[in-house]
Amino acid sequence: MKPLFDRSHRLLAAPIGGGARALALAAALLVLPTYAFPLWNLTMFAPQYSGGLRLDIYSYKLQGGNKGQDLKEINLLNHYIGMRDLAPDDFREFQWMPFVLGVLALVFLRAAAVGRVLDVVDSIVLFTYFGAFSLWSFAYKMYRYGHDLAPTAPVKVDPFMPPLLGGQQLANFEVYSYPALGSYALFLVGLVLAIALVISVRSAIRRERAAPSPSAALPAGTALR
Amino acid sequence: MADTRKTIAAAIAATLGVAIFVGCPPREPKNARRPAAASDIAVAAEKTYVPPGDLDEYYMFSSGGHSGQVFIYGLPSMRHITTIPVFAPYPATGYGFDDETKAMLGNLTWGDVHHPALSETNGDYDGRWLFVNEMNGRMARIDLRDFKTRQILGPVPNISGNHGSTFITPNSEYVIMSSRFPVPIPKGTAVSVDRFATDYKGVAAGIKIDPKTGQMSLGWQVVLPPFDWDLGDAGKKISDGWFFLTCYNSERATGKLEVTASQRDRDYIAAIDWRAAEKAAAEGKGDQIGGVKVLDPRKVPGLVYLMPCGKSPHGVDVSPDGKYVVGSGKLQGVTTAFNFEKVLTAIKNKDFTGEEDGIPVLKYESIKDAEVPVGLGPLHTQFGPDGVAYTSLFVDSALVKWKLGTWEVLDKVPMSYSTGHLAAAEGDTVSPDGKWLVGLNKLSHGRHLSVGPSQPESSQLVDVSGDKMKLVYDAFTEPEPHYAQIIKADKIKPIEVYPKEENKNPLAVWDVKDAGMTRNGNEVVVKIVAVRSSFTPSAVEVNQGDTVKFAITNIEQTTDELHGFALLDYNLNLVIDPGETKVVTVKATKPGVFPYYCTNFCSALHQEMQGYLVVKPAKQ
Repeated sequence: MKPLFDRSHRLLAAPIGGGARALALAAALLVLPTYAFPLWNLTMFAPQYSGGLRLDIYSYKLQGGNKGQDLKEINLLNHYIGMRDLAPDDFREFQWMPFVLGVLALVFLRAAAVGRVLDVVDSIVLFTYFGAFSLWSFAYKMYRYGHDLAPTAPVKVDPFMPPLLGGQQLANFEVYSYPALGSYALFLVGLVLAIALVISVRSAIRRERAAPSPSAALPAGTALR
Repeated sequence: MADTRKTIAAAIAATLGVAIFVGCPPREPKNARRPAAASDIAVAAEKTYVPPGDLDEYYMFSSGGHSGQVFIYGLPSMRHITTIPVFAPYPATGYGFDDETKAMLGNLTWGDVHHPALSETNGDYDGRWLFVNEMNGRMARIDLRDFKTRQILGPVPNISGNHGSTFITPNSEYVIMSSRFPVPIPKGTAVSVDRFATDYKGVAAGIKIDPKTGQMSLGWQVVLPPFDWDLGDAGKKISDGWFFLTCYNSERATGKLEVTASQRDRDYIAAIDWRAAEKAAAEGKGDQIGGVKVLDPRKVPGLVYLMPCGKSPHGVDVSPDGKYVVGSGKLQGVTTAFNFEKVLTAIKNKDFTGEEDGIPVLKYESIKDAEVPVGLGPLHTQFGPDGVAYTSLFVDSALVKWKLGTWEVLDKVPMSYSTGHLAAAEGDTVSPDGKWLVGLNKLSHGRHLSVGPSQPESSQLVDVSGDKMKLVYDAFTEPEPHYAQIIKADKIKPIEVYPKEENKNPLAVWDVKDAGMTRNGNEVVVKIVAVRSSFTPSAVEVNQGDTVKFAITNIEQTTDELHGFALLDYNLNLVIDPGETKVVTVKATKPGVFPYYCTNFCSALHQEMQGYLVVKPAKQ
């Protein structure tokens, strides 16, 4: 066991190269679009709405298409099935998400500045946790909206799960749900961090092989490849 | 005997010969039908067909005559898209029922709309406003941002029978009004018809338009001889600053005018220098009559000149370059093109042949350029590009195409039947489009499925894109289109909902929490929110004798989500557009329970959009 820990300590403490630092910096910069662009988009078509009703979900707000009018229209239509209004106050995410994204960007910048493999690993772990939690939270929110229907609604529908990814027919509406520009930027964050990790680990291993330390040489053939 | 037989045989032979030579009368007139080849039908169908979901290329604003309204058609499909109520109540849009439109209509419940005028900038349609006249001396402005009648001016003092009206100057400085039926002025003066020739007055008015808002105000007027001032047009480019008015009955006759007013060979087109009128009025010249400044041409020399024109002319139209003023006696076979440059020269040289009440009469021969043999009964002229002119022939029942400058008659197409006005695409602007021409016919004579004796008029679409004019579509129009104007659709930029921020009505409520009733003595104000699919409040209780002011706000911001508000047994029907607040004041005279409901189908639960007004009987 001990040699393995030692090896992993050495690996985590190993410095990362210029390329990996640049990628960590890129990851930090790629967080910025989430402040300007939506993370998710819902588009709904019906015969009466051939132009579609659009809803953009940002990390900090809901924005209806047609200068906000589409959100009002979606809420107005949803009142017939007893769905709660999609209201910004209902989304606690809007309070913490921009802050957490900022923290993540700082963690990525730290990796770029301090430049250890450990910092890259921290970045990936925190980012993955954030991504998974956000997706679950979004899914749960959608689930609640589709299930907490007022019993006095004029139109009774079975509780339903709105689509998270892809299209679905709900009554007279075709509903499409897809990630938007902000999420694609975050996807790129994950990608560049993963590349940063791979190249920095590889170069650390290569360096260790080239100049084997007498105390703990990595046995040949166990390289993390 | 033999001689007799010979004579009889010769007589029979001669009769037969004559019979063979003369033949039988045809079943219908020679040019009654232009048989259309199958390929022509296919071309016409393709040219006019606008597939479902596609949009027309032009708007046509058609006057609604004594319906009091304006009809909107799309071209080339000739589909009637909607009606804009102007001078008469129109339950379909709730017009004339709410306090504001009721006040605008005043005591009159009808109007006779004749000539629409789209606002212009540099002589071209700018798509901002549409002005329409009405015979009871009124003028209305329709805002093309929302296609609503926003102002009715009048009845304007001194104007009697406002037929020669709504001709707009090239930068929308003025719209013109005039009296078709001279009366003594100010109105209210009673003078026997025996003194028609001296004591009755014709009047022309320059109605001032605010360049920013389109708001009309009285402007100034010019007193004219007691002729029947009929139609007009404003000069443009080189004739800018002038407007032209035709008249009949320069005989100053009374009685059966069809005879008495048809005795002279020529009547007149008056040329009025409106910039001079504007200046004179600003300088304080003229007299205040009936509350408006009236100028007398005798006291303001150079204000008016008379151009002799064929007997009893109807329309007068100025060519796109402003050079030619086209007018015709309506019983003539020719139309006359006056050269405005020659008019100016004749004025300068005092080339006059007489005067009427101090107004110089120009010498006909000195100012006319051509008499164009267009056909019988020329009424109105419109223009196309490249100096092409189109004239309607009432008597010949046809449209004729001819050329300015060369004066050749190029083509003629029969109309069904008896065309009055005609409208070409942007055909009275400085840059006409050509392409389409519509004949606004006075008679349809069963060209449609029979609907009994009360027949619609017909509006026929003619393709004028080629050398030959081609009749391609018959549309039928409720009485009665007079003039129409055709404007390229992209020049108009309408809104489709009233933005919430623009609603400044103090009684507007946007949240059901703010809806409800307040009482002040026996005056009750009920603020109602209308939104799919309910009214809030859904019940209102008042006392008999209360004055109840309903203010209904449609809080929708979605296109086409109109809500109606009808109150049964109280003769009330409003329609409230998205974002609009309408106010109506009702005296609760009848006790009982009165349902109110949404008349304009809004949603799947539209039927449920209803409520009750309870009027409790007054205590005995």
